[in-house]
Amino acid sequence: MATDTKSAALETWRRQMAAARQRDTSLTTISGREIETLYLPDEITEEYETRLGFPGQYPFTRGVHANQYRGRLWTMRQFAGFGTPEETNERFRFLLAKGQTGLSTAFDLPTLMGLDSDHPSAAGEVGRLGVAVDSARDLERLFAGINLGEVSVSMTINAPAAIILSYFLVAAERQGIAWDRLSGTIQNDILKEYHAQNEYVYPPRESVRLVTDTIEFCTRHAPRFHPVSISGYHIREAGATAAEELAFTLADGFHYVEQALERGLAIDEFAPRLSFFFNAHSDFFEEIAKFRAARRIWARHLRERYGAQDTKSLALRCHAQTSGVSLQAQQPEVNVVRVAYQALAAVLGGCQSLHTNSRDETLSLPTEEAVTIALRTQQVLAYETGVPNSVDPLGGSYQVEALTDALEREAEEMFVEIERRGGMIAAIDKGYFRRRIADSAFAYQREVDRGRKLVVGVNAFVEQEASRIPLLQIDESIERKQVANLKALRSQRKAAATASALDGVRRAATSSENIMPALLEAARSDATVGETVVALADALGRYSTALT
Amino acid sequence: MTSSSTVGPKTAASGESRPPVRVVLAKIGLDGHDRGVQVVARALRDAGMEVIYTGLWQSPEAVVRAVEDEDADVLGVSLLSGAHYVLMPRLINLLKDRGLEHVVVILGGIIPADDIPGLEQLGVARIFTPGASLDEIAEFLRAAVEKQRTA
Repeated sequence: MATDTKSAALETWRRQMAAARQRDTSLTTISGREIETLYLPDEITEEYETRLGFPGQYPFTRGVHANQYRGRLWTMRQFAGFGTPEETNERFRFLLAKGQTGLSTAFDLPTLMGLDSDHPSAAGEVGRLGVAVDSARDLERLFAGINLGEVSVSMTINAPAAIILSYFLVAAERQGIAWDRLSGTIQNDILKEYHAQNEYVYPPRESVRLVTDTIEFCTRHAPRFHPVSISGYHIREAGATAAEELAFTLADGFHYVEQALERGLAIDEFAPRLSFFFNAHSDFFEEIAKFRAARRIWARHLRERYGAQDTKSLALRCHAQTSGVSLQAQQPEVNVVRVAYQALAAVLGGCQSLHTNSRDETLSLPTEEAVTIALRTQQVLAYETGVPNSVDPLGGSYQVEALTDALEREAEEMFVEIERRGGMIAAIDKGYFRRRIADSAFAYQREVDRGRKLVVGVNAFVEQEASRIPLLQIDESIERKQVANLKALRSQRKAAATASALDGVRRAATSSENIMPALLEAARSDATVGETVVALADALGRYSTALT
Repeated sequence: MTSSSTVGPKTAASGESRPPVRVVLAKIGLDGHDRGVQVVARALRDAGMEVIYTGLWQSPEAVVRAVEDEDADVLGVSLLSGAHYVLMPRLINLLKDRGLEHVVVILGGIIPADDIPGLEQLGVARIFTPGASLDEIAEFLRAAVEKQRTA
């Protein structure tokens, strides 16, 4: 360190470093050169401290941990799920055996939309894009033999998130795991469904109430669990620019914070468990800047607007996933290269966990071979490139700092636009988010069509011969099997207990009490996802009538 | 959110006396990925076509009703859920039942190459997978509808 100024923050960082854990591995280069944990300017100015600061300290531009990946690598967490719970359980064990360090669950479309596997609209979709889950029993099967007190589990579900959370808590209970030992995350970010992803059931305001219920419940009963993962990923995939992804995601986060505060929770009670999920797209430096800007904006707003003081409230922790829409069906092997660059951007941006897409995901769910390559891509990045050996290696780059500032400014402008429309819910009602995203998607596609943006294999370097890679086939018998299990459950459970538990859900939803105790009762009585969603919709209403 | 919306052409197709091509675009099944269908809707409108987008989560029955009600020349289906082998045969059979064989059916989305010949045999005129250009889609539709109208 070439620095000897009297910076209190620097002293704090040095103290933290002295106490910090270091991975038991060589942190020198291939040539044996020592790599510093953190590279700094010759002079620590006030401006440096305000805009960048030190990792692990406000405003967290350079990362949320003092020694970042030198202490602990990011969690390699591949999203997986298909077929019945038994099949996905097998894939989970495969991934853990290959060295994956956390689990991430993809649910099928009927589950995501709150429909049982035997609903007429579910035909052809059961177990196809994720795992089919109809009841708490299915969630138990999904995690059979996986200790929920030890493995952190992420579940990507939104409209029925409170129901799936109740199944998860019941599954843990039946494994004998106390709720306060559960780590992991449920996505439960309904706002981005209205902006982009379209998996909503109830109207926005009522849906946010359920999110707030889960935040409140987890704060009290599962304090290590992350009850919401505020997601920009889908907003970006739907066509938003990097700045729109950044701004809309953080604005969603602010809205959840305000709702929880209104509920009477103290900011530092729940904010440490809010986590984020961003896209890692192809434009390398803009993506890195986006992650850095996100941390700085979140920290400032949490402290200045909401009065947070706990470092854990101020530090934005995030999961990242490489960009699905950037993958191409033409020359699919080339996708491996795209994913590697995107993963590098996410790591240089300082993410806490990462999913790397498989080369075949633009064609179907990934095969085991493709998933292995995707995971190996992270492992090469982690263990061979030396990239994790210093913290925020691009900090101080003229370009990266300028882009970080520019993204921050743009996001702040959009926060003002949202406020001008009357806040989050009013802006949703006015179509602000959807319109902006659609405009951006169209503008980008036109650029590609005109050849002003080049995509290898699509509008440049096109191969005439189509290359084929093996694809995962979903067995047609899965739907029959899942539906048979569901019918068996309905005939074996105590019908009166289920009916009364569902009445309890309706009552709780109509009142202002927290929904979770009633949902837990319904889960224990083997009420299904579809039945519980209908009970909630009876009380909360529906945003669309297309699926009733 | 899912009510039908008609997006008229900005300008009439230049130099043509024929009525504009009428297109129903639909999402069937549960998949909510609508980036593609919305981009295509806008491009076809810019190309002078009349575009009716059904919104999300439509059943094949509802889509065929829209085709009939709107007297559409083209039905464009967007599917990214992998359920095309269940939903497309149902859709095509319903069109036949209603005497709508003349409607040009196109499909866009994530469709594995191995599934394409079977879907074409079924009666899907053309399948546009990721990477298809907007101009290519508009050109194809103009030619296909022209052929139907002069048939």
